[in-house]
Amino acid sequence: MMPSIAQLAMATGFILILIGFYGALTQRNLLRMIVAFTLSGTGVNIVIVAIGYMHGRTAPILDATVNAADAVSRVIDPVPQALVLTAIVIGLGVTALMLAYALKLHEQRRSLDIAKFTELKW
Amino acid sequence: MIKRFIALTLLLAIGGLFASLLLGYTPDSELNQTARYYAERTSPDIGAANIVTAIIVTYRGLDTLGEVTVLFLSAAIVGLVLALGGKSGKTGRGTVPVGELLTTGTRYLAPLIMLLGVYVFVNGHLTPGGGFQGGAILASGVLLLLLADPLKRFSHVLIATIESFAGLLYVLIGLFGLVLAGGFLDNRFLPTGELGALFSAGAIPLIYSLIGLKVGAEFASMLASLSESETS
Repeated sequence: MMPSIAQLAMATGFILILIGFYGALTQRNLLRMIVAFTLSGTGVNIVIVAIGYMHGRTAPILDATVNAADAVSRVIDPVPQALVLTAIVIGLGVTALMLAYALKLHEQRRSLDIAKFTELKW
Repeated sequence: MIKRFIALTLLLAIGGLFASLLLGYTPDSELNQTARYYAERTSPDIGAANIVTAIIVTYRGLDTLGEVTVLFLSAAIVGLVLALGGKSGKTGRGTVPVGELLTTGTRYLAPLIMLLGVYVFVNGHLTPGGGFQGGAILASGVLLLLLADPLKRFSHVLIATIESFAGLLYVLIGLFGLVLAGGFLDNRFLPTGELGALFSAGAIPLIYSLIGLKVGAEFASMLASLSESETS
């Protein structure tokens, strides 16, 4: 059986999450870890959007082809999309914050290697 | 080596969890109750063509206000962290000259990008898009300006003024909704108009434009702080 688009998108999202986790766990460079976190965040967003997808339906925007009366049977679930819109924006704020911290740490140690930062190690 | 092994084992476990989720997933064939409510009621109640916008700006408007606040906080912390002890006499020792192509291209493209951003957030209730997307586009115009001239300095006073005025007006419009219509951030104190027209959906275009300005100003201030802290 051919996998549906929703399943393909979900699988892609899960793989992206895993790639992100792998990068965050194994990379030593702070910038690479930030990229990894962003990747897994993107994966989560893709999975959430894929959950809202329904076969044969269209985007939740009312216009000439999707009129208000039969919107219920024509549009996909708008709630995950609203959620992901929020998540993307917050994700961008978090990424900017991580980058600012990385910049500050680099200023202090002249290095981005996570192994050089041992204050909180036990 | 052992660390990598532990990481891979952990990933394998999480991957197994994901696989069982994926294999057990059956897509809905009907909208669930919440989504059905939004799909049915958006057009008669809110008058917005874009249901996602109606959810974000009106139904869950309070959450969006919180979200904008979170964004403001993160922009403020970026500014704070980068400003701490930053001025230790390190002046830029001259940047690599930017190419002619980028300079000329920026002069041509930056106003168009800004215009597109404004278009996206003004039409947020009709088209896919809205305040957050439009704000991000505005900020990408700022980023292009910074790329073309890394030493360019934006006025933080101006950015902060735009940002706080947009935030203040956003809350004020919310209070108008509380007094004149059904509740906080209710958009119906202005006429909902005809579905699909630019001036429709009550206060949604107004609120989303303010969100767009606020988000754009916040992202721009983050970019400006990051670029100003560049020491080399």
